[in-house]
Amino acid sequence: MNAATNIYPETKAPATTSGYDVFRIRQDFPILGLKVHGKPLIYLDNAATSQKPQVVIDAITSYYSASNANIHRGVHALSELATQSYENARTKVQRFLNAGDPSEIIFVRGTTEGINLVAQTYGRANIKAGDEIIISALEHHSNIVPWQILCEQQGARLRVIPINDQGELLLNEGEFEKLLGPKTKLVAIAHVSNALGTIVPLRKVIEMAHSRNVPVVVDGAQAAPHVNIDVRALDADFYVFSSHKIFGPTGIGALYGKRALLEAMPPYQGGGDMISSVTFEKTLYNKLPYKFEAGTPDISGVIGLGAAIDYLNKIGLDRIAAHEHELLVYATQVLSAIPGLRLIGTARNKAALVSFVLENIHAHDVGTVLDQEGIAIRTGHHCAQPLMQRFGVDATARASFALYNTKEEVDALAAGIHKVQEVLG
Amino acid sequence: MADLRELYQEVILEHSKAPRNFRELAAANRKAEGYNPLCGDHFTVYLDVEEDGRIRDIAFQGSGCAISKASASMMTQSVKGKTREEAEKIFDRFHKLVTGQGNGNSSELGKLSVFSGVSEFPVRVKCATLAWHTLRAALEGTLETASTE
Repeated sequence: MNAATNIYPETKAPATTSGYDVFRIRQDFPILGLKVHGKPLIYLDNAATSQKPQVVIDAITSYYSASNANIHRGVHALSELATQSYENARTKVQRFLNAGDPSEIIFVRGTTEGINLVAQTYGRANIKAGDEIIISALEHHSNIVPWQILCEQQGARLRVIPINDQGELLLNEGEFEKLLGPKTKLVAIAHVSNALGTIVPLRKVIEMAHSRNVPVVVDGAQAAPHVNIDVRALDADFYVFSSHKIFGPTGIGALYGKRALLEAMPPYQGGGDMISSVTFEKTLYNKLPYKFEAGTPDISGVIGLGAAIDYLNKIGLDRIAAHEHELLVYATQVLSAIPGLRLIGTARNKAALVSFVLENIHAHDVGTVLDQEGIAIRTGHHCAQPLMQRFGVDATARASFALYNTKEEVDALAAGIHKVQEVLG
Repeated sequence: MADLRELYQEVILEHSKAPRNFRELAAANRKAEGYNPLCGDHFTVYLDVEEDGRIRDIAFQGSGCAISKASASMMTQSVKGKTREEAEKIFDRFHKLVTGQGNGNSSELGKLSVFSGVSEFPVRVKCATLAWHTLRAALEGTLETASTE
């Protein structure tokens, strides 16, 4: 299956940043050669989940066909091999985030579980009645609801950093400054907004929180595929991301936590692998990171995640970011020119996605018509209902780009939107 | 394109742009809210039900896609003056139509048969039936929010 030649037989030269051969990259992804409703697939739903390159699929297959065994147990050859691959992937994640030590990387099911882990361990141990947790108006439900649950359990209060009409956090205007007070015990914030694409000035948020000795949890789900992450330069206390959004398998992700914080936290789940000794009277917990990894983990998922990180490193996140920025600028320009289209979220610093509404046409109808053209986008509230309310819309259509998308696909999206207006206008 | 025209028939587009009985009903003695948590579509159905169970008047408010709004609008027209049992029967036939289980007798549905194209778009069945589920909740006198989930 050759995606590039299937989809753009007449296109010769790459239409993007010099040296970045997007058509070569597309060939790494078998699914991009698919046809949907008889049309070449144009996959613009990358903020929901990304497609997988052959190397990731091969890594998972190879694990199951050549080294499947349980890890951290058994002295036999396969168990050793599986353990080695699993722990190698942990080191890859450590480097990917520029964490100081592999033991600061905890494998979890995804960003959602990572946030819940912090809420139910660090949160339960440190948040008391009357305390406050600050989130922002940009958050995905996964960075709202775990904190609401914690607030209910502890009698704490959730505060929200407001945003302006462009979808940028109000920090300089003193809003965040005003919220930060003696009661503030934790800040939980998205690095990149899933619904609007806003890139949050994380260093500044963390600096402001740290100046009051308040730790910060970062939801990095939408940042990981697009920007270089350096948890030490950011001085993030916790940072979480999902494998499936960075071209790895679903059901796996990683939580970074500063060693001292993780050491002091109670375990999340009890079971095998997270203990060092068990009697019916007392259990001693295992050292980091195993204290937080109860039970047999998703070994193939971790290995697939490691392969995805290798793949990203091979291309280079800086080059990916440059390519995606070109797509964003182009898409913004092309879509803004469509009469009746309103972009939702126009932050100055933005990841490569466009959220929009069409005058008198509901997002669902947009999605259905585009689907018939082979174009996959997300429509709805993007698991960010409070944010939709902020902009006075029920739903938006969202096209989100990844390293394999092209300007030709942006043109196809624009043509598809014209078709939507023709069918429903 | 043929499929899309099947789905978005002129009548449906017309109703979605100018929905009938789209207002709050002051005389309502039953009311229910319908909500599709997947997409955020949200409708309130108001009923004025006579003592013998006949729907004297019906109206709705809310927001949703073309399919859900047109379905709500045409539903209000089709069940006005009907008894609860009659309304349930229409919903039953309508449900079969949009899920492709109809046995070709969509003529009984009259104007509602324009929704037959929905059966080709399974993810849109919930849009077409949201108002109907809400109507059922209102007829049952349920005060909780109806949901397609």
